[in-house]
Amino acid sequence: MEIAQNIKLDNDRKAASAGALLEEIESRFGARILARQSTCDGIPTFWVERATLKDLMRFLKHDADPRFEMLFDLTAIDERLRVNRQGQPDSEFTVVYHLMSFRGNTDLRVKVPLQDADLSLPTVSDIWPSANWYEREVWDMFGVRFDGHPNLYRLILPPTWEGHPLRKEHPARATEMEPFSLDEDKEKIEQEALKFNPEEWGMARKSENSEFMFLNLGPNHPSVHGAFRIALQLDGEILVDAVPDIGYHHRGAEKMGERQSWHTFIPYTDRIDYLGGVMNNLPYVMAVEKMAGIEVPERVKVIRVMLAEMFRICSHLLFYGTFAQDVGQLSPIFYMFVERERIFNIIESICGARMHPGWFRIGGVAQDLPRGWEERVRELLDFMPKRLDDYDKMVMNNGILKRRTQGVGVYDTEQAFDWAITGPGLRATGLEWDYRKQRPYSGYENFDFDVPYAINGDCYDRCAVRVEEMRQSLRIIKQCLDNMPEGHYKSDHPLTTPPRKERTLQDIETLINHFLNVSWGPVIPPDEVSVAIEATKGINGYYLVSDGNTTSYRTRIRTPSFAHLQMIPEISRGFMLPDLIAIIASIDFVMADVDR
Amino acid sequence: MRWEVGSALNIVSILLVVVVIAAMLIWVERRLLGIWQERLGPNRVGPLGLLQVVADMLKIFTKEDWTPPFADKFSFILAPAIIMTVVLMSFSVIPFAPGVGIIDSNIGVLFVLAMASLGAYSVMLGGLSSDNKYALLGSLRAAAQMVSYEVFMGISLLGIVALTGSFNLREIVQAQADGWYVFPQIIGFIIFLIAGVAESHRLPFDIPEAEQEICAGYHTEYSGMKFGMFFVGEYLGLVLISSLITALFFGGWLGPGFLPPIFWFALKASFFVAFFILMRAAIPRPRYDQLMRYGWLFLLPLSLVNLLVTGAVILAGSGG
Repeated sequence: MEIAQNIKLDNDRKAASAGALLEEIESRFGARILARQSTCDGIPTFWVERATLKDLMRFLKHDADPRFEMLFDLTAIDERLRVNRQGQPDSEFTVVYHLMSFRGNTDLRVKVPLQDADLSLPTVSDIWPSANWYEREVWDMFGVRFDGHPNLYRLILPPTWEGHPLRKEHPARATEMEPFSLDEDKEKIEQEALKFNPEEWGMARKSENSEFMFLNLGPNHPSVHGAFRIALQLDGEILVDAVPDIGYHHRGAEKMGERQSWHTFIPYTDRIDYLGGVMNNLPYVMAVEKMAGIEVPERVKVIRVMLAEMFRICSHLLFYGTFAQDVGQLSPIFYMFVERERIFNIIESICGARMHPGWFRIGGVAQDLPRGWEERVRELLDFMPKRLDDYDKMVMNNGILKRRTQGVGVYDTEQAFDWAITGPGLRATGLEWDYRKQRPYSGYENFDFDVPYAINGDCYDRCAVRVEEMRQSLRIIKQCLDNMPEGHYKSDHPLTTPPRKERTLQDIETLINHFLNVSWGPVIPPDEVSVAIEATKGINGYYLVSDGNTTSYRTRIRTPSFAHLQMIPEISRGFMLPDLIAIIASIDFVMADVDR
Repeated sequence: MRWEVGSALNIVSILLVVVVIAAMLIWVERRLLGIWQERLGPNRVGPLGLLQVVADMLKIFTKEDWTPPFADKFSFILAPAIIMTVVLMSFSVIPFAPGVGIIDSNIGVLFVLAMASLGAYSVMLGGLSSDNKYALLGSLRAAAQMVSYEVFMGISLLGIVALTGSFNLREIVQAQADGWYVFPQIIGFIIFLIAGVAESHRLPFDIPEAEQEICAGYHTEYSGMKFGMFFVGEYLGLVLISSLITALFFGGWLGPGFLPPIFWFALKASFFVAFFILMRAAIPRPRYDQLMRYGWLFLLPLSLVNLLVTGAVILAGSGG
């Protein structure tokens, strides 16, 4: 709570400190900074040698003003085939650190150039604990070693995998590889590799007075919401330690981004957080638009906000129901599915599809709103509030549910920063920080809504924040309904895909442009951009690198669920098995969002 | 052949009716839950989906009866048999109506409690013999929960026994001609109700098989007919508890003369069956340690106080 208030105060003087910070970095690290890169998202980017990395990171985390509390993202780029890298230091593999400061409400990017022959750099997991999984992922995907990492094993892919898939030489499609077969020996090896080995994780098999049970919760278990495994070290039913194991839902979405055209990747984003629908399209299309220099009409912004908020309600409803179900309440989920169904009907009447409409386009949306959309949205605004009140009585005010969830899985704001927790999970710790308010995008600055937050940071509060968010989403949708601007549903820009059709048959220039954009797809100018939004489960960001081509050179998808799962052991130690289920339920993750 | 307690006709028809009702309850529960949860429930097989039970039974009888190779075969097979046997045995002392019943036992109440205790073995053996960690956790929970709740179950009934002066269930029913025991023994009733749910491990006390936590608990490894026996056993337990509540607290078959006694009994018992199903739809599951604390620190003292007060009132009434 104290931290939360400090942050509020600090926000007032952010403008002054952001410029001063850059000067401070320049003066402190001067010659050790290899280069400064400017990108169209305006995030200051420093290139440093790996020898400097630790010093710089320590400074940024602890001594800088403002401090960078959160390691927002850590990823790498295989630069070997990239043509347009003017002004950047020589590098074959670049490791990218994206830091976030809540006190200063500012971002910073640090890049480290590496050569393929010597792919290693020091770990920062001792500075930000959340770096642990991110570094494992980079090792898994690129083969970059992080010296000093406590357990640098593969994270997403099975331990038996050969090669590092996000390197450019790794095939992207099954047809480029040998046909897959699984004979008996190979099966044995794979099975053996899946076995949980406590010693590998520094776990004892017994304590002074008892022998621990190692329980494999998942990958198929009723309460892990998808294919997710947690290896538990149990003393009776008390949790001693846990090791989450992810990757069972990995589909290589980032690799697909390097094959699909800018336009045809949109439907893939729907399936990242598969409960978020078009909410996933939003950061992606906004990122591409930023590189292309497209300004979308006001109408597009409001339509996007309206649909995104509908999906927020859908996603939160599903969370709400499963949360109640995971503490043993069977009925709420069925009631909530009724609402969800009604919202999906509205979404279907607008987008033509329900869960994964893939409806946003570069420079606009796929179609204008259908005739009569107002009535259907008004219907939603009429029935929802009453039902939400009913659920409060049914779920939130239930004594048993309170006893099961209050005081369970508690963490504070500082811990949330350390583990890169964003979204409702962060707001439940008392921090009133919402991307839509702090860094408005897509016209959120024009809407009147509150940012719900809670103070205890336990399972109950995480649910309470989401419940209130649904009410705020309804407020936003109401404002969309009342103030829908007139105008076109697509921007009048040559890179809008598909472009406006009206003039294509009038002059040759627009015809050619239309033809190329539809057949090849648009060519986005070389640049780098990182755009994030307040998605259903936290901050979802897309970091795109364009090399001036019809496809992305590197598509990095930063998802909230990935970071959130990493915290499970930290907040569930000492609790009982049923508490772990409540904690898992309160995190609200989707495995597709974790594994991508 | 005449309708009298203990006749062969009685035994066969009670056995059949009880088992069929328990099987039908699968459909009843799913339909009722459907109604309460804004959905339909099974409505495809036969009129109103009534033949769903037949379909389920066909499926479960023709399924491969598989025993995991790592399980302890003898107790693995024994466990579901125990639950069916003890619950069906308990029905033998239930007074359904005058002349309808199997045994008119002097120790009816004690017999039911004894059978309930034996039922705990089924769950424990089932879990232990499966050699599965989830099953083990389930049977540990079951053992603790059932043993604890049996204590209050027994004590909560002693008030009635004291009032009637008999352990005979028929005499207890007849003693309620002037007024149901639920009124003087309201506390005993509530405790018995709670303990009854815990004994038949249904939500909110389905801790031994809490799906969201330990998959299916003690019967995780069971399939086919052996699973079916656990399943039907649970519904039989539900009918048993409802019948017991009817007989002990709500005057059994007693009721106005325009309906035959057996209908009154069935009506009252069905009400409680529906009540248990509604409870499942409404209430979340407490944590295992919370349930135990609630039992030992709240229900046990309460049931003792109830017994004490009942005794004092009887003593005062008898002019002692």
